[in-house]
Amino acid sequence: MTAAVRAKGAGKTNVDRFLTVLRVVMIGFIAISLVAFIAQQIAPENPFAEWRHGDEGATRLSWAQYRGLLVTGISQGAMYGLIALGYSMVYGVLGFINFAHGEVFMVSAFTGFIVSTKFDAAGWWEGAAFFPAIIITVALCVIVSTSTAVIMERVAYRRLRGSPRLIPLITSIGVSFFIQEAVRLVFGPGAKGYPSNPDWLEERLPWLGIEVKKLVVIIIAAIAMAGLWYFVERTKTGKAMRAVAEDKEIASLMGIDVDKTIVKTFAVGGAMAGVAGILWGILFRSVINTTGFLPGIKAFTAAVVGGVGNLGGAMAGGVSLGGAEALGPLMILEPWGIPGVSQLRDAVAFTVLILVLLVKPTGLFGERLSSEERA
Amino acid sequence: MSHLLEIEQLSVTFGGLHALKDLDFHVDEGEIVGVIGPNGAGKTTFFNMISGMVTPTAGDIRFEGESLIGLDPNQVTQRGIARTFQNVRLFANMTILENVMVSQHCRAQQNIFGALFNTKGFKEEEAEIRRRGEEILGFFGSRLVGYRLEQPASVLSYANRRRLEIARAMATRPKLILLDEPVAGMNPMESRELTGLIGRLRSEWGFTIVMIEHDMDVVRDVSDRVVVLDHGETLAQGSFEDVSTNPAVIEAYLGRPLEDRAAADRPMEEQS
Amino acid sequence: MSAVTASTGMPTAVSKGAFDVDWRQIARTGGLLALGLVFIALTGMPVGLDERTVIEPWLSLGLLSLTFLPFVLGYTVGHEKVLEGVAAKAKGARDVVAGAAVGALGGLGLSVLVVLVDNFDLRDPLVNWSPQLVEMLSFDQSVGFGFVAWIAISGALGAAGGALHVLPHQVRRAVVAAILAVLLTAIFESFLTDVIDQLEFLYASRGGLTNVWAVVVFVVAMAVSLSGGGEKLGERRAAYQAASGPAKNRQTALFIAAFSLAMIIIPLVTGKITQELMANVGIFMLLALGLNIVVGLAGILDLGYVAFFAVGGYTTAVLTSPNRGPDWPSWVPTLDGPGGWLIALAVTIVMAIFAGLVIGAPVIRMRGDYLAIVTLGFGEIIRLLFLSDWLGGYFNGAQGITNIPSADFGIFEVKGTDPRSVFYLVMVLAAISIYISWRLEHSRLGRAWMAVREDESVAEAMGINTVNVKLMAFVVGAALASFAGAVFSAKVGSIFPTSFLILVSIVILVIVIVGGMGNIVGVMVGALGLVGVLGGPKQPGLLQEFSEYKLLIYGALLIWMMLNRPEGLVPNVRRSRELHQDEFLQDAWLRGEVDRDESTTEAEASANLADGLGTNGGAS
Repeated sequence: MTAAVRAKGAGKTNVDRFLTVLRVVMIGFIAISLVAFIAQQIAPENPFAEWRHGDEGATRLSWAQYRGLLVTGISQGAMYGLIALGYSMVYGVLGFINFAHGEVFMVSAFTGFIVSTKFDAAGWWEGAAFFPAIIITVALCVIVSTSTAVIMERVAYRRLRGSPRLIPLITSIGVSFFIQEAVRLVFGPGAKGYPSNPDWLEERLPWLGIEVKKLVVIIIAAIAMAGLWYFVERTKTGKAMRAVAEDKEIASLMGIDVDKTIVKTFAVGGAMAGVAGILWGILFRSVINTTGFLPGIKAFTAAVVGGVGNLGGAMAGGVSLGGAEALGPLMILEPWGIPGVSQLRDAVAFTVLILVLLVKPTGLFGERLSSEERA
Repeated sequence: MSHLLEIEQLSVTFGGLHALKDLDFHVDEGEIVGVIGPNGAGKTTFFNMISGMVTPTAGDIRFEGESLIGLDPNQVTQRGIARTFQNVRLFANMTILENVMVSQHCRAQQNIFGALFNTKGFKEEEAEIRRRGEEILGFFGSRLVGYRLEQPASVLSYANRRRLEIARAMATRPKLILLDEPVAGMNPMESRELTGLIGRLRSEWGFTIVMIEHDMDVVRDVSDRVVVLDHGETLAQGSFEDVSTNPAVIEAYLGRPLEDRAAADRPMEEQS
Repeated sequence: MSAVTASTGMPTAVSKGAFDVDWRQIARTGGLLALGLVFIALTGMPVGLDERTVIEPWLSLGLLSLTFLPFVLGYTVGHEKVLEGVAAKAKGARDVVAGAAVGALGGLGLSVLVVLVDNFDLRDPLVNWSPQLVEMLSFDQSVGFGFVAWIAISGALGAAGGALHVLPHQVRRAVVAAILAVLLTAIFESFLTDVIDQLEFLYASRGGLTNVWAVVVFVVAMAVSLSGGGEKLGERRAAYQAASGPAKNRQTALFIAAFSLAMIIIPLVTGKITQELMANVGIFMLLALGLNIVVGLAGILDLGYVAFFAVGGYTTAVLTSPNRGPDWPSWVPTLDGPGGWLIALAVTIVMAIFAGLVIGAPVIRMRGDYLAIVTLGFGEIIRLLFLSDWLGGYFNGAQGITNIPSADFGIFEVKGTDPRSVFYLVMVLAAISIYISWRLEHSRLGRAWMAVREDESVAEAMGINTVNVKLMAFVVGAALASFAGAVFSAKVGSIFPTSFLILVSIVILVIVIVGGMGNIVGVMVGALGLVGVLGGPKQPGLLQEFSEYKLLIYGALLIWMMLNRPEGLVPNVRRSRELHQDEFLQDAWLRGEVDRDESTTEAEASANLADGLGTNGGAS
């Protein structure tokens, strides 16, 4: 043991050293920021804050403001988690990143927009009629997004089984662009507004101060996640999926229809993205053809943070990413006196991705991949 | 005395499974050592560890007195240990000549500027790399040279792929070559020929060789010394005769003790 | 009539005839065609492109966007893969029938669409669900006319497509060549008339070939093809590829000389618009050449390539523009005098190399697909940083850096208002890039890249420091991208964060892939074909009307290429071997090139054994 430890570092290259320095710097930076942040919360006029912010010192936000940000982050993260499930499952089964998965989400949000405006025109988007209307909307969104995912697999990916692994990834970039542009051309450019939510959704809960719609988003995401968990862990189809993820050849020898199982994987992933899409619509009430791009990338980040192939990890990763994105700029960047930190939200999300891959490439909760896909 | 390669108390575990346990091993310069053992004995893991592809949990590997632990595979090759793979892994879409040329990468000096300005040094080095490549391929007779040079490696027959793998290992200009089942899948004639080539690798090229092999004829013919692994541990060491009559070895191979016959007799009959 | 044949089960003798076709496949292809046509109609292409005529007065680009598909699918439905040694099905009337059926089925889709659009109002979500669509689809006649017309037109085109199978091989090629020639002459109208003013007689006054000249072009192209013009060209190419040694070098040199001469002369005779276009093509060619090293040679999928373009552009801008952010310390000079651009270029390259190292080092060890997404993240981070208020004191945020002076070399000046000078500058830099790519590909580094692309862990075991080698590709690619960035800022005169969207990365990637990964000529062809004809992310191409649809086409093209021709239009020999290894081996086997284990002879074996064991005192 001692020998192995002692000799470690013998083969360090310059790249290794650079990365070590980078890790240390990044972690150190974050640590100092956090300390400065806490100091600033306790005493806004501390020397560090004065140094970075000038004489007037740093501004202190109230805890209610932080709670608000955190809840927003978590509800958004819940959606990342739902989308991440699709990335994770497809990566587990086919070993490639379905770059176009974010578009499945966008298509669902668009469907939600179309259906909800129609309901709104008919006066169903308020009062008691809202409940049947929203249920129908969700059902339609899920159907459309599931079909999108399945068609995608059938048209583009099925013919690419067994080709070098970057080929399906490049194809999926093409698919992503195609869907984005098709939606723009067919439904017109510009953001589309959802009808106003019923009043009770916009209200805040009296004792927690949380907006009802955010709570609803979190709850629905949790229910969808639980359903998926049951499906994958307890049903026969779920077992088949796990078997195919482990080894396609052996699974097919065991009498599992691999193609069908892969289609089902895409369908389930698509359904989850569908749920996320309509939730997005209710939360932000706006959708545009590029809506899928950033959430898509962030959901992938969430999947990596949680460990690809690990479903619980995907959800946890999504929630942590949402939280990090909401609070990160304020807690890490703001103490340094950087102006306009909210502009850097997306940059923070990407930095999380890079940091996780640098420090713990298998994700916080561990990857679950077969050995061939790990290579 | 100091050995060329010296391995002390080497262990590795994969998720609780001891792939190798407290292995001691050494090779002297100019030796040909055969490593045998039943399937799953940890032979390939042993090679992977020497060549830096797997990091041991404990123990030390010293090559020419310097520890190899923590080195990347390319650094190990740079120090002078080359290997072949059990499941032949050529650069299938590169030509045969390119396969041996690319393996001289770590012995070449020219940098990017030499290439850009096509300097005299660059041209000379390229020519030398090419000449060496052809020389090495020539070692295997006419099979890998001539019109074959410019053909992709994927068109080669199985036996020739194995030969090209050895050629590729030779091209890295190693002191020690690790051969992982060099004659697997060859017919008896081919394996006899290759046995001879392995001998010539030492006599003509001065390589020291460690070889994993299942074919006992080859092991007997060419090895100075044989090491038997089983369940990640050294079962026996010594000359082929000693090892092949060792009851523990026979038990490991056949699963039960036997009278002297079985394992020991077969090679005896064929000896001329 | 067709349905009757299928359902009544005609006697076998008859079923060998014209109607013995695979009805299920026809239904499937026809359905796809219908969906495709309706989709195209709803994207607004037919209406939007109706103004641009291809053949005056009856064929507009809009109409073409609907009519090419039945023709193509009418052909492909009769297409079958013929395996070596298996007799191909006889071609005949069957193919025409199948094509017609597919076409009619697809046309039915449009017919139904006309009726629907005329009767229901779905304009709310579907923006192109408009009266203009009805007018266009019914040819300004009644809806009923449109309904029948589309079935007939599409059916006829499908039949024509199917009929291609019946024609002898040479004639078929000639027809296809002639059709392409007509379309290309029409599409390149502005370019051709720009180069040779006298060619205007070909075209009608409001654009588009005139009927007469369309026929003439068609006939001429067909005659050329039939006389074996194309074949001779093909033979020349094959001969060139097969050649080696000094003869080949001489031919290559000749080719390069001719090409360079053309590149010098063409901008002299063309107008500003064409020059501008060529300058844009050049900039994207530069970028694509750089990405080609990363993706094509080293096999690293870098989706954040635009980051280096941005670093190049911004560095040059900061060093030359008086309008850079106010926070720069005074020791950072403003190089707006003669020769300043060259110094800025040198600094830019250094900065790009630095950026390449900093971005490359953390990502280079990652799995290929992770690397793709992480580089995409880096590309976005760099843009967000240029955009942010935080660095606003340096880069002016969304306002960007304006007033970037032109590149002044003392003797002559390269400025945006003179696209010809930009083009020449770009060509010089492209020549440098090409030289670098070519030298590196055939050096030890190029071989190492190849090995890494094939099997990274074996390459590592063969003594190649894969991290360094890949990082080198990353850095060289970054340096080449910074060339483009430096030219870009001098040309445009002002740069904004929105000039460097991820979209740019994707467009460059499409150029490299469509052209042919790892092939310099391919990359040039890709840049010319895509940016030249369709246009870059923000730059118009020859088909200016297409700007609305070009990204859709980029996406579709990327998918189609990956599915059908992943090696690109002008493939790199090795790349195609990698992508089609099974086919390659089959071909080699058929040609008798696969080595069939010439077995070792007894004598050889014994001799060798004796040789080898002579010094072995061990066992024997």
